[in-house]
Amino acid sequence: MAYTEEELKKELETKEYEYGFYTDIESDTFPSGLSKDIVRKISEKKGEPEWMTQWRLKAFESWSEMEEPEWANVNYVKPDLQAISYYSAPRTKPKYESLDEVDPELLKTFEKLGISIDEQKKLSGVAVDIVMDSVSVATTFKKTLAEKGIIFCSISEAIKEHPELVKKYIGSVIPPKDNFYAGLNSAVFTDGSFCYIPKGVRCPMELSTYFRINQAGTGQFERTLVIADEGSYVSYLEGCTAPSRDENQLHAAVVELIALDDAEIKYSTVQNWFPGNKEGKGGVFNFVTKRGICHDRSKISWTQVETGSAVTWKYPSCILKGDNSVGEFYSIAVTNNFQQADTGTKMIHLGQNTKSTIISKGISAGKSQNSYRGLVQVGPRAKNARNFSQCDSLLMGNECGAHTFPYIEAKNNSAQIEHEATTSKIGEDQIFYCNQRGIDTEKAIALIVNGFSKEVLNKLPMEFAVEAQKLLEISLEGSVG
Amino acid sequence: MLTIENLHAEVEGKAILKGIDLDVKAGEVHAIMGPNGSGKSTLSSLIAGNEEYQLTKGKMLLRGKDLIELDAEERAHEGIFLSFQYPVEIPGVSVTNFIKTAINANRKAKGLEDMPASELLKKIREKAKLLDIDSKFLSRSLNEGFSGGEKKRNEIFQMAMLEPSLSILDETDSGLDIDALKIVANGVNKLKNKDNATIVITHYQRLLDYIVPDFVHVLFDGRIVKSGTKELAHELEAKGYDWIKELASHGV
Repeated sequence: MAYTEEELKKELETKEYEYGFYTDIESDTFPSGLSKDIVRKISEKKGEPEWMTQWRLKAFESWSEMEEPEWANVNYVKPDLQAISYYSAPRTKPKYESLDEVDPELLKTFEKLGISIDEQKKLSGVAVDIVMDSVSVATTFKKTLAEKGIIFCSISEAIKEHPELVKKYIGSVIPPKDNFYAGLNSAVFTDGSFCYIPKGVRCPMELSTYFRINQAGTGQFERTLVIADEGSYVSYLEGCTAPSRDENQLHAAVVELIALDDAEIKYSTVQNWFPGNKEGKGGVFNFVTKRGICHDRSKISWTQVETGSAVTWKYPSCILKGDNSVGEFYSIAVTNNFQQADTGTKMIHLGQNTKSTIISKGISAGKSQNSYRGLVQVGPRAKNARNFSQCDSLLMGNECGAHTFPYIEAKNNSAQIEHEATTSKIGEDQIFYCNQRGIDTEKAIALIVNGFSKEVLNKLPMEFAVEAQKLLEISLEGSVG
Repeated sequence: MLTIENLHAEVEGKAILKGIDLDVKAGEVHAIMGPNGSGKSTLSSLIAGNEEYQLTKGKMLLRGKDLIELDAEERAHEGIFLSFQYPVEIPGVSVTNFIKTAINANRKAKGLEDMPASELLKKIREKAKLLDIDSKFLSRSLNEGFSGGEKKRNEIFQMAMLEPSLSILDETDSGLDIDALKIVANGVNKLKNKDNATIVITHYQRLLDYIVPDFVHVLFDGRIVKSGTKELAHELEAKGYDWIKELASHGV
């Protein structure tokens, strides 16, 4: 089939959410609404120590005085935060010895997602900590990691087992007062992942967590804390899918990374939450705060493939506090139908000889709006800071939008900052060229989009790259499986 | 192999082809010559299935199969290959990745599994050698930053890999220096056999010194006004296209 704007449009619209199903697992859900009492109850329910309860309450207090931000290039009806239930956990508290004991419904869910634990277990070198509606239900490879002194567990467990680490670092990169949604998360987070790599240890496997929102009407408030001690290395993968829901679901996660001297953290995300249907109804609100701090000679690298959610508001950032530290941000954001994405990064250069790289690829189709928003800030002490930014946009059809908002603030005159941007469109001539070689239109679009995104896809760990390529195809095409 | 009868076509309401008849048999090389705007590229695009051109009347059959019913990729699966006059760039997609995707798409259409990597590699090496292409070239993004000669050589490389039954070379000589022209022509000649056919579309006679046609057709104002053997190309070179214009105006 040769390609016309009209046909392409139709084809893009026919994409259905692949993972639109609902798992019927008994859940323990709190009544809707948010108050001091609810915050206290969440903490109590989780058996948290008093210092944690107090931390949450303090966060709640400051959040109560905050306003929801409106500066992003997105339009949506603000979620009614009092209509949300702030705690939902599978009731069958799982402490499994083997897969046989796991709720069969849950296993089915994973099968549908194509990430059966069985397969994951066999996948050499991947430890999976699965977070289903806020509570960790399965952790594998824990032993291997423990031998190296690596701690990889749910944040709830870490609060109890490693309070000294949690106490020291939680909120140290993203204080509860940072922004509205980070404040909300700090007060009500239900679970998430915790990871600590001891001094000089190179984590022998990719650490990976799959998130999934599953309970109708429950917001999901994940909290992730990754600490790489001096001279250590870790690669962390986070992959997300959610079942389709009619009402909008709120997701306000917080991810904090701490890279101490000479450490390196690579954090990769594939996000595929329900984007809403083709009329723009439903879909996840993804308001996430992700930030890392780099000490001397350390490096933090964010890689993200964002294909899902109705509204995305996300800026994985690096504070380059230490001298000679490095921050990187590689991003692919795909929007289709009525999706809106306002995403990018902040590179805050504080130390000397700090370097940052930003590569952002935005792909918009349908009636979607895709914005890159990035801040490069060079502080007065940051001698010889360098930044390179490249923002490319690819448009499909005539009704979508691509926007770039680069902010640059340099307070040291030795700074070198480069910004490059391109906008292109998939051409009928490109499609016809592929058709003529026997490649159908769907495959041709996938090929062109993958080519466009290659620089970022190459940054993903191998097994993730394959999944990400598949996601790009699914997000933009009719029936590619 | 290819039978075209009374073909009429238009672009945006403007008639470009006004009754073309062409019969190409296996093992033959046909040259189609003509001045700019005579409809040469429209004819090649139409055979390949580019829907920018509207076919208004006539028949196009490949081995008796009605081409008009088929989409561009289905025509490719049937063995039609077009070497583009202006090959497009696909950034980030390597020459190797592109040809692999094309080969496997064609195999899939025939109900075959993907070509095993080792076999593909062997074939790529063999065909690259034929066209004097080095391995560095194969890893570059498709046509991005290619010189005119590299683009055309890449087209013929793809033709060599896909082994089509009917190849249409649209102005393959344009933008080529004499050395590149020889390499490309040599490649085309080596790929020629008794089972496939080639249509060479060109403005100049030069290419036909290297790819020797069995038949030459002169296209003017949407019609084939004269057909002959390779001598016709020489005559055209000597007399110029004005001679053809006169022929046409006398209603040949």
